[in-house]
Amino acid sequence: MKLTTRLLRTGLAATASLVLAASATAADIEPAVVFDMGGKFDKSFNQGVYDGVERFKNETGLKYREFEVTNEAQREQALRRMAQRGADPVLGIGFAQAPALEKVAKEFPDVRFAIIDMVVDLPNVRSIVFKEHEGSFLVGALAALASESGKVGFVGGMDIPLIRRFACGYEQGAKHVNPDADVIQNMTGTTPAAWNDPGRGGELTKSQFERGVDVVYAAAGGTGVGVYQAAKDAGKLAIGVDSNQNYLHPGTMLTSMLKRVDVAAYNVFMDAKNDEFTAGIQVLGLAEEGVGWALDEHNESMITGEMKAKVDELSEMIKSGDITVHDYTSDNTCKVAG
Amino acid sequence: MSTSNVELPAWIEVVLIPVLNICLALFFAGLIIFAIGESPLEAVSIMLNGAFGYDEGVGYTLYYTTNFIFTGLAVAIAFHARLFNIGGEGQAYIGGLGVGLVFLLLDGYLPTILLLPIGIIAAALFGAAWAFIPAWLQAYRGSHIVITTIMFNFIASAVMVYLLVNVLIRPGSMSPETREFSQSTWMPFMHEMLAVVGIDVTRTPLNLSFILALVCCLLVWIYIWKTRWGYALRTAGQSEAAAVYAGIKPKRIIIITMCISGALAGMVAVNEVMGVHHRVILNFTAGYGFTGIAVALMGRNHPVGIILASLLFGVLYQGGAELAFEMPKITREMVVAIQGLIILFSGALALMLRPAMVKIWLAIKPAQAVAQHG
Repeated sequence: MKLTTRLLRTGLAATASLVLAASATAADIEPAVVFDMGGKFDKSFNQGVYDGVERFKNETGLKYREFEVTNEAQREQALRRMAQRGADPVLGIGFAQAPALEKVAKEFPDVRFAIIDMVVDLPNVRSIVFKEHEGSFLVGALAALASESGKVGFVGGMDIPLIRRFACGYEQGAKHVNPDADVIQNMTGTTPAAWNDPGRGGELTKSQFERGVDVVYAAAGGTGVGVYQAAKDAGKLAIGVDSNQNYLHPGTMLTSMLKRVDVAAYNVFMDAKNDEFTAGIQVLGLAEEGVGWALDEHNESMITGEMKAKVDELSEMIKSGDITVHDYTSDNTCKVAG
Repeated sequence: MSTSNVELPAWIEVVLIPVLNICLALFFAGLIIFAIGESPLEAVSIMLNGAFGYDEGVGYTLYYTTNFIFTGLAVAIAFHARLFNIGGEGQAYIGGLGVGLVFLLLDGYLPTILLLPIGIIAAALFGAAWAFIPAWLQAYRGSHIVITTIMFNFIASAVMVYLLVNVLIRPGSMSPETREFSQSTWMPFMHEMLAVVGIDVTRTPLNLSFILALVCCLLVWIYIWKTRWGYALRTAGQSEAAAVYAGIKPKRIIIITMCISGALAGMVAVNEVMGVHHRVILNFTAGYGFTGIAVALMGRNHPVGIILASLLFGVLYQGGAELAFEMPKITREMVVAIQGLIILFSGALALMLRPAMVKIWLAIKPAQAVAQHG
C-alpha cells in the first residue's frame, strides 16, 4: 500500500515535471496560491489576492490550486506540496511565508514562485513589495486636511514593523500639510486575534474620538470594520485600507488607502500564462500605481477640489522624488520631517 | 440507578469507550461532509492516507504529536495535584524566549553537544519560571490558578511581541523574528538521522524532540507513580487536609508541580524553535498549549493515554490539512469543526456512553461485577 502510493507519487511527480517542461510554451499552466493565516475572506489583504486570482480564473478559464494555512509549519508543507503536484507558478502571500518559500524554491529550481510583501532573492522567485508608507502619506495628508480639530487617529492591527510602516507614513503625511497636527496611535493587540477584533477596534476608536480625533485610519485587517462602524456612529470620518472600502459606509468613509495586491497576484498568474514571467524584485509605490487612494462615487462629495488638488500635488512630488517618505522598516525608526 | 461508582473492566474503560466515542464523532463529522456534498468515506481515507499513507505524512503527524505530548503531560501532571494549568501556551512561548536568548548569546561559541542540552534546559527553566508566578500566587495568596495562568498567556504574548518587534528583531527585517541560529544549535532532523543509518525518508519537521517527548512520558510516569514526591503530589491533590496530616506541605507541592508542568510545556519550544524554525518567531505555539488540555483529558492524565491522544490529534492536524488540500469544498473551518466534534465526543462527552456500558456489562456479567462492587 505504502509502496504503491510512493510509486504513484513518483510517477505523478515525473509526469508533472514533463508537463512543466512543456508548459514553458503551452498556455495551460496550473497556478497555485497559498493564503496566510488571515484566510482568503479577511476583507482585506488576503481577500485582495483572492479577488486577483479569481479574476484570472474568470478571464482565462484556468483553475488554480489554493490552500489556507492554519499554523506555522503548514506554510512550508503547503508550498512544497503545491510544487510536488506540478503547480506553477506558486504564489505565497505575506511576509511570514518568506523563510518557507525560500527553502522550497531552492528545492524546486524549475518551478516559478512569487511572494507578496517580502523579498526572497532567488533566480526563480518574483518578490513583490509595496511602498505602503507612500499611500499612507497621502491619506494622512487627506486626514489632516479634512480634520477640524487638528487631531487625527490611527488604529493598527498587531504591533509589527509592517503596520508601523503604515503608521509612520500616515503621520508624516498629516504633519506635512499641518505641522501642528496631533497623531494619536493605537495598536489593537499583540496576538493574531488583533487582525480580527472589530469590538476592540471600535472601542479604541471611540476613545480616540473622546480625545478630540475626528478622522481615523485603520490598518488592521478585519478589525477595521469596527473602526469604520464607530466612526459612522459618532459621525466622524474613517479611512479604509488595502482594498477600496469606501462603499462600507458612504458619507463617513473619507477614502481608502489602496494596496493593489489583487493586481500583483493577477499579474503573477497572467505573466506565467503568457510566458512573460520575470523573477526579481518589484517595488510598487505611487509611481507604479501599486498604492494610492480611492476616489469614487461614495466619497466624492467629501473630497473638495482643494483637497484633491493638494493630494494630487503631493502625489506628483513623491513620484518625482521631491518628497521622500521615510520608510519605518528601513531603519526601524519613524522620522517625521517638518 | 447511579452507575458512576460501578467498576468496569479496564479494557472497557480505556479501550472500548474511547473507540466508540471516536466512532460517534466520525459519524457526525461524516454527516457534515455528506451535507456539503462530498463522500465521507473518501474524506476519511484521505485523512488517514494523509496521516499515515506515506513517509512525509507520518513525519508531519509525529511532529505534531511531539508538541501535544509535551503540553498534554504538562496539563496532566498539574491535574494530578488538582491544579488546572491553562497556561501551557504562555509557558511554551516563554520557553521559546529562553531558547532564543541562550542561542543568540552562545551559538557561535559552543559545540552542538553542549548547545543542545543548554537549549533544552533553557526551555524548561523559562517555562517553569513562567508557571512559578501563578503557582506562588495560588499557594500563598489564594489567587485561582485557572485565572492567573490564563492571564499569563496574554502577558507572555505581549512580552514576546514587544521583544520581537523592538529588541530581538533581526535588523532590517520586515518580519518580527530573531536571526537564524547557527546550524550547531539545530535539533537533528529525523530524516538526517535515518540517512546516517542508510534509511532514506522525505524531509519533514520531525526531529529528535520526538524521542525527548517519549522520554518525558516515561519520566512523568515514574515521577507520579513510583516516587515519594509523586505520592505526595497525588495525596495533596486528593485531599489537602489528609496531606497536611501526613506531613506533606501542599504549598510546596503546588509550586513544585506547577514548575514541572511549566517546564514540560516549555519543551514545545525545543521542538518548534530548536527543531523546526531555528529562530524565535511570533506565535510558534499555535494553540498547542490549549490543545494539550484536550489531550490530557482524553488521555485520562496517564502518559500512555497521552501518547495515544497526541497521536490522534497529530492525525487530525496532518490529515486535516491534507483534507483541505485535496477537497477544495472542505475549508479549513470545516476541518476545525471536525476536530471539534472529536474533542467534544472524546473529551467533554467522554462519560456519556458509560451508563449504558455499565448496564450492558451488568447484564452480561452480573455476578462478577456485583462482587467487584460489593
